[in-house]
Amino acid sequence: MRRRRKAAARRIASVLGLLLALSATSRAVTPDEVLPDPKLEARARALSQNLRCLVCQNQSIDDSDAELAHDLRVLLRERLTAGDTDEQAIGFMVARYGNFVLLKPPLQGDTLLLWFGPALLLGGAAIAFGLYLRRKGADTGASAPPLAAEEQERIEAILSERRPA
Amino acid sequence: MGRLMALVPITVFVAVSAGLGLSLSNDPRKLPSMLIDKPTPAFRLASLDAPGGSLSNDDLKGTVALLNVFASWCPGCRMEHPTLVALAHKSQIPIYGVSWKDPSGARWLQANPSPYVRVGDDASGRLGIDLGVTGVPETFVIDRGGRIRYRYEGPINDSVWQERFAPVFAELRSEPQ
Repeated sequence: MRRRRKAAARRIASVLGLLLALSATSRAVTPDEVLPDPKLEARARALSQNLRCLVCQNQSIDDSDAELAHDLRVLLRERLTAGDTDEQAIGFMVARYGNFVLLKPPLQGDTLLLWFGPALLLGGAAIAFGLYLRRKGADTGASAPPLAAEEQERIEAILSERRPA
Repeated sequence: MGRLMALVPITVFVAVSAGLGLSLSNDPRKLPSMLIDKPTPAFRLASLDAPGGSLSNDDLKGTVALLNVFASWCPGCRMEHPTLVALAHKSQIPIYGVSWKDPSGARWLQANPSPYVRVGDDASGRLGIDLGVTGVPETFVIDRGGRIRYRYEGPINDSVWQERFAPVFAELRSEPQ
C-alpha cells in the first residue's frame, strides 16, 4: 500500500517535471527559425522580446504564434545575419511599423507624460496629502479655546482624585 | 473652501470616466502609417494575372492610383471586391493589386472579375512588411510621383470611398504634374 502510494507520487512528480521543462522551452520560435550561430540567435531572441507583435498586440514577436510574428522573426534574423547592429535592426522595424512596434517606448517629447506621468501623479498626491496633514494639525491647534478658570480647577480636582494617595 | 474640496473626487471621477469612455471608441488596431508622404518601397513582384509579367514600384508612377493589398482567404477583401470592380470599371480608377501570402490567389482571380490593372504576388509577405501592413485588406493611395499619400485599413465600401478616398483623389489629381 505504502509502496504503491510512493510510486504514484513519483509518477506525478515526473509528469510535473516534464510539464515544467516543456513550458520553459515551448515558445513560438520554431526550430527552423533558429540561427546556427548561438551568439546571433541570442541577440535575435533578446531583440524580438522587445518587439511587439502587430497582430496580437500585447505579445512580443518572440512569444506570438501569429504568422506575421513568424515573418518578422525570420526577417530580424536575416538582418542580423547580414551584419545589422541591434540599433539598425530595430530601426528597420520602426521605419515600417512606427514606435508602436517597440514594447518599451523611447523617451522623447510626446512620451514624456507616459514616462513621468505616474511619478508626477504620486508627487502631486504626496504634496496634497502633506498640505492636508498640515492644515489638520493647524486646525486642532488653533481651534481649541483656552480653558476657563473653573474648568482648569475641575481638571485638577479630578486628576488629584485619581492620583494614588 | 471645504465645499469646493468636496467637488474634487466627483471632478476626478467624471474626468476619468470621460477618458475611459473616449478610449472605448479608440481602436488600438488602427495604427498610423509610417509611409505617408514617402516613396513607395522598391519592389518587383511576379505578376499573378499576366504570365511572365511583373509588378514593380515604377509601374505605379505617372497616375494617381490605388495599391490594394488583399488575399482570397480574407473575408474583408471579398467584401470590398464589388466596390473595387465598380471603381475600376465605372470610375476609371487605376487599381494595382498585391496578393498577400496567398497560394490560391491566381485561381481566385481567374474565377472572379478583376478590378486590377495588374496584380503582384507577394507570397512571402515581404512587400507587406515593407508597407507596414498588419492585416488585409489595406489600401494605399499613390500619387503621380510614386509616393504614398494615404493608407486605409479595412474593407472599402461606397461610403468609405466617398468620405475618405474621393477627397484625397481629387486633391492629388489637381496637383501640378
